[in-house]
Amino acid sequence: MKKNTKTIVNLVLLALLFLAVWVIERTSSASSMLITVLKKGAIYALIAVSMNLLNGFTGLFSLGQAGFMLVGAYTYAVLTIPVAKRVAVYQMYAGGAIHFQLPWLVGILLAGAVAALFAALIGYPVLRLKSDYLAIATLGFAEIIRAIIQYEKLGPITNGSLLLKTYPTFKSTLFPFAAAAICIGIIVLLINSTYGRAFKAIRDDEIAAEAMGINLFRHKQMAFIISSFFAGVGGALLAMYQGTLQANAFKAAMTYEILLIVVIGGMGSVTGSVLASFLFIACSEWWLRFLDAEQFIGSFQVPLLRSGFRMVVFSVVIMIVVLFFRRGIMGDKEFDVEGISKWCRRKFGKGGAKA
Amino acid sequence: MFDKIFPYLLAGVSVGGQYALIAVGYTMVYGILRLINFAHGDIFTAAGFFMVYISATMPLYLAIPLVTVLTVALGFTVERVAYKPLRTAPRMSIMISAIGVSYLLQNLMWYITGGLAKQYPVLPWISDSITLGSASTKVVTIVTPILTIVLVTALVMLIQRTKIGMAMRAVSKDFETAELMGIKINSVISTTFIIGSFLAAVGSMLYFTNYTTVTPTIGAMPGLKAFVAAVFGGIGSIPGAVVGAFIIGIAENLIRAMGYTTFSDAFTFALLILILLVKPTGLFGEKTSEKV
Amino acid sequence: MSENVLHVENITMQFGGVVAINNLSMDINKGEIVALIGPNGAGKTTAFNCVTGVYEPTNGLVSFNGEVIVRNHPSGKMKKLYAGQNADKYPEKPVSHTPDQITRRGIARTFQNIRLFKSQSVFNNVLIATHLRRTSNVFTATFRLNAREEKRMREETLELLKIVGLDGLKDELATSLPYGQQRRLEIVRALATKPKLLLLDEPAAGMNPQETDELGQFICQIKDRFDLTVFLIEHHMNLVMDISDRIYVIDFGKQIAEGTPAEVQNNPAVIAAYLGVDESEEKEAGA
Repeated sequence: MKKNTKTIVNLVLLALLFLAVWVIERTSSASSMLITVLKKGAIYALIAVSMNLLNGFTGLFSLGQAGFMLVGAYTYAVLTIPVAKRVAVYQMYAGGAIHFQLPWLVGILLAGAVAALFAALIGYPVLRLKSDYLAIATLGFAEIIRAIIQYEKLGPITNGSLLLKTYPTFKSTLFPFAAAAICIGIIVLLINSTYGRAFKAIRDDEIAAEAMGINLFRHKQMAFIISSFFAGVGGALLAMYQGTLQANAFKAAMTYEILLIVVIGGMGSVTGSVLASFLFIACSEWWLRFLDAEQFIGSFQVPLLRSGFRMVVFSVVIMIVVLFFRRGIMGDKEFDVEGISKWCRRKFGKGGAKA
Repeated sequence: MFDKIFPYLLAGVSVGGQYALIAVGYTMVYGILRLINFAHGDIFTAAGFFMVYISATMPLYLAIPLVTVLTVALGFTVERVAYKPLRTAPRMSIMISAIGVSYLLQNLMWYITGGLAKQYPVLPWISDSITLGSASTKVVTIVTPILTIVLVTALVMLIQRTKIGMAMRAVSKDFETAELMGIKINSVISTTFIIGSFLAAVGSMLYFTNYTTVTPTIGAMPGLKAFVAAVFGGIGSIPGAVVGAFIIGIAENLIRAMGYTTFSDAFTFALLILILLVKPTGLFGEKTSEKV
Repeated sequence: MSENVLHVENITMQFGGVVAINNLSMDINKGEIVALIGPNGAGKTTAFNCVTGVYEPTNGLVSFNGEVIVRNHPSGKMKKLYAGQNADKYPEKPVSHTPDQITRRGIARTFQNIRLFKSQSVFNNVLIATHLRRTSNVFTATFRLNAREEKRMREETLELLKIVGLDGLKDELATSLPYGQQRRLEIVRALATKPKLLLLDEPAAGMNPQETDELGQFICQIKDRFDLTVFLIEHHMNLVMDISDRIYVIDFGKQIAEGTPAEVQNNPAVIAAYLGVDESEEKEAGA
């Protein structure tokens, strides 16, 4: 397929997707599970892709994603709370120290920028470490950030360990879709550029990449900063989706969840991460909900079903994927028109030839 | 001044010993498999829950050995099910598997306990209160460092003097060559996990005697800190892990003493990042380099 | 006398107490094909690694086209441990570069155990090596403001692949190629960095005599075509004797001979140390 045709087909598909989302939103009630899944799924898709850029495409095993999301979410929330409402939010801190409000778009961009700035600062020491030390150091960084944000003396800015709220949020499902689509689009462009190829070279063989004149540290740092930028944006979107924000939710467990999404989707596959995000959110928020409620068939109580069982089933499924389907849904392939047409030809082409 | 700090110092030594017992499990597994066993902290928590449930149905003199056996069995099973199939896989896969196991164990414990904090049973004698100078504390505070040193010394002897210990050292030096020399890799790895889990079980009894409530995620933080201790001391080195654990235990309690409780966890990680920058191989670590 | 390209002076590489290379000096002139031979474990690859910045030698100096790219003297812990010579000859501030900086100066290399980018196609493997000459930054590259450069990179890559006859396989996965072609691909990938000096680490390892012959011709061909200087490590003596202008022989990290193929072949030290005293001869001598 020609490159131009491919782009056009992809754009058409994207437009159709948006149309479908729009139709769904029009036809179902706002509290429907489908809408929840679509909103949260889109945000998680962005976050998962940003993590995949690091772990799947650059081969850096980083576990700091929740930390960067936290930075992004707080940057957004702190800067966009309406001045009039600050007194109510910062009850304990006399209205807080910030007396202006930025527009939401600026807030989101700054969320990314501040997260990226943090990444640049920690990346400098941390990226020189070997893979597993990098994992533990980034994990540690996320913990430090969380502690700092909850520090009482910073209360006038971060509201300490109390909730942040009343910052601008979104209503339409199309908003997180559009935001995620733009960001993921940029990441895809990056991955397919000469820099993206260098990232993949580093993933495949650091020593060979370096021998080909690729500055390892610089490129790793680039991937780290860019990934964190989008994690920050994702954090801001998540804050918007939730409506309230508290640092305590951004624990290591959140990073693990995102990592598992990336693994389920396939390390090194953008579409895999996107599909896995929606699947993950759909399972945890919707399809497997019934496992958490006690169920009766006649007078017979179905065993095992009670609160918490969903997550057990869920984690067993994840372990099965990790152990037996290590390549995840997509491996490092992409789900695109070309792939589908090739697959169809292989599947049905043979039958057609026989007939 | 000293009177004020002394109780914290005492608590630091005690918690340091408990971290040390967990840290040894991390450092041994890392030494052999080059794997950060993220599930180790959860095995520690599981040992806590085993005790909660078992001590409810039988006397402690039966419960304590049974808890130890169950914890060891859990550690062994985790290795066999989640790590063994990935022996030839890239390191990242096995680390992800470890994270998956940790996630599974936490969710499983949440399901079984209903997410409620459970009261840890009172173990006789070590739960008694004693007064030491200005500080009133439990006997466990004194017992922990002593027991830690005894156990770790025994372990070091095991590694230095016995055949299985020699096999462990061989495997940690060179996995493939050791295998070619006829060492049964799988039994060595299993032994490592068994020892690690045993120490985690002992550690959990001491830890929860101090902190008395068990929740499904309570092991995560001590687990991570123990890992940091292992890195701090030079990963793969058992004395290193013990020294690192005591330093971290004491330091974090001194930070509490200064009134920065919020930062006691963050401090551990700051220390980690610092040591990785200054001396990436830790205090007692050996230098390794990749062959081109 | 033609101009000097690579000048290696008194290089000593010591790992702890082990001296892997001992006071090694070599000179390679423009347009030459020079071979570095020696028994297994003699320190050949270590010598390459010292030149390409993978290792920092304990002592000595390397210059490339007149520019000092490596210079070091024993310091710190090594000061006491140092077992080599000329410890005081390079007291100046040490110079060291990372491998990528050295590649950008014009030294490209291949590896003893092939190191291709496993998940990438043949085409991308070579394309990646054009990255070092980019003028775009990450922003312009992402938003495709570097279309002309990207096109040039792709054209260059295709041209290189055509020259070595791999263009028909360009969309195949690099690791799916037969062994000999993987070696070739690794050489092409190195060429894509536009080097002046090409270091080949056992390019003919695992090849049969016919493939080795072809490789020899190939090396001469690319040398002329790209105006290269070639420095290679090799065990296939036929290949070495065929194509080399000069040969350095090392054993236990020390140079034991240097000269044209004919000179080296007849050097008794080489025959004794490198080729080894024949077992039957040994018996006879004993009898």
